[in-house]
Amino acid sequence: MSNGQTTSRYTIERLQSIDRRIIFVFIAAAVIIPLLLGASLKEETTPIVRALFDYVDHLPEGSRVLLSFDYGPTTAPEIQPMVDAVLRQCIERKCKLYMMAVWATGHNLVGQTIEEILKSEYPQLQYGQDYVNLGYKAGSQGLIRLLVVDFKRMYSTDAAGTAIDSIPMMQNIGNLKNFDLIFSFGGGFPGIKEWILYAGDPGHIPIGGGCTAVSAPLLYPYYPSQLVGLMGGAKGAAEYENALIQAYPKFSNMPMAGMSLMMSQTVSHIVIMFFVVLGNVLYFIGRNRNASTKPGGEK
Amino acid sequence: MKRRVPLIIVFCVSLFMVIQYFVPLDSLERVYRSFLDYTIIIGVFALLLGIWSLCRVNYDKIKRKSENWQYAIITLTGFFIMTIAGFLSGWGRTDNYLYQHLFSYVLVPIQATMFSLLAFFIASAAFRAFRARSLLATLLLISGLVIMIRFVPLGFLSEPISDLAGWILRVPNMAAKRAIIIGVGLGAVATAFKIMLGIERAYLGRD
Repeated sequence: MSNGQTTSRYTIERLQSIDRRIIFVFIAAAVIIPLLLGASLKEETTPIVRALFDYVDHLPEGSRVLLSFDYGPTTAPEIQPMVDAVLRQCIERKCKLYMMAVWATGHNLVGQTIEEILKSEYPQLQYGQDYVNLGYKAGSQGLIRLLVVDFKRMYSTDAAGTAIDSIPMMQNIGNLKNFDLIFSFGGGFPGIKEWILYAGDPGHIPIGGGCTAVSAPLLYPYYPSQLVGLMGGAKGAAEYENALIQAYPKFSNMPMAGMSLMMSQTVSHIVIMFFVVLGNVLYFIGRNRNASTKPGGEK
Repeated sequence: MKRRVPLIIVFCVSLFMVIQYFVPLDSLERVYRSFLDYTIIIGVFALLLGIWSLCRVNYDKIKRKSENWQYAIITLTGFFIMTIAGFLSGWGRTDNYLYQHLFSYVLVPIQATMFSLLAFFIASAAFRAFRARSLLATLLLISGLVIMIRFVPLGFLSEPISDLAGWILRVPNMAAKRAIIIGVGLGAVATAFKIMLGIERAYLGRD
């Protein structure tokens, strides 16, 4: 074997066993640099997201929309942009917003969302008239099943301890069937699937969802008969934001979290694809070399 | 007797649940609501059991000075601080300054950091393990690359790639997922019948 062949084999072996910290540096750069530059990427709205957007956009004024925060801080960067976009659209449509959580961690995220979106962007909205924070209740799918038959049995007070009957927008709420649309945000358990199985299907209530990118393929089979539409990951959020900007140009100058995330995600995907392709090229070169140096095939 | 009584309870309750689903009667609905209340009460007891188990396991770790016992101190300290902070604003409320700040500036960054680390490990694992070693692995690799590449703006290529990615998600992916969901559903029905009829008794334990 010549020196040149030995050197190239050595190079291939070195590349194949590349220190994972080098890959980590590339990924870190791919994520951080676009975020620092503030670059964003517009996404064309796909039919599954468009269906959800159009459904909300055709809700009559005063429609009751229940938003369930079924996620935690781990997935908040992916899901929170969806929540923000949906809230903004619902407010534009003059819908009544009912916020709750079947995840313990969702309780605080409801509070954060109210502070960051409702109170800061829409200070004219009145608590109890336009929106209400019902907070978290334990019980997972059991809770959802109970809400289908009797809402106030589980929610006798709101998150702040105010009696539910003293809240004006809760007066005509008997069960989940009184809502025009239920949104579940989060792809874990309990989440969109449980809302479909225990509320949407038995109660004939329209369900919309927003989940992480990894959960989306598991939920596609429920669309369109059991799910009005679905936003999957940062891409789903960016698509919804794009539809929102097109329908309501006043949002075009507002920074959109989903679109900002898309640039980072796109660049990091390119880096991952590069490494996958590189790994395969090295694998095939190595395999061919091994085959050619085996007894009988040695050159 | 020790085994027969639980089996009878399971049979009666499960039979009732099946009947109430198909027979819309007010009386059945009322009993059903009570059962749902029981579910939540049992769930709360399970939560207490979980808390007890967490404290016990971590206390034992500290007492025996097992490997990484220092982390058990952090776990218990964090648990008690969050619990006390949660009760500071009174029963049923968590809107106090300390609790909110612990949630926003400790729990949120910790959990977000843990989740974001996945991107690094996925990239490293994909480089080492995502290889076209066989026909099926090659199909998986190509599908994965197409799904990922749809996020990348590639000019005139973007639309056909996006269409192809959409087709992969809508047709083969959805067909497989639906088959799995139907299979799991049928399996769940079969298991439910086995439990109902006392054929499957693993939940009773060994004695």
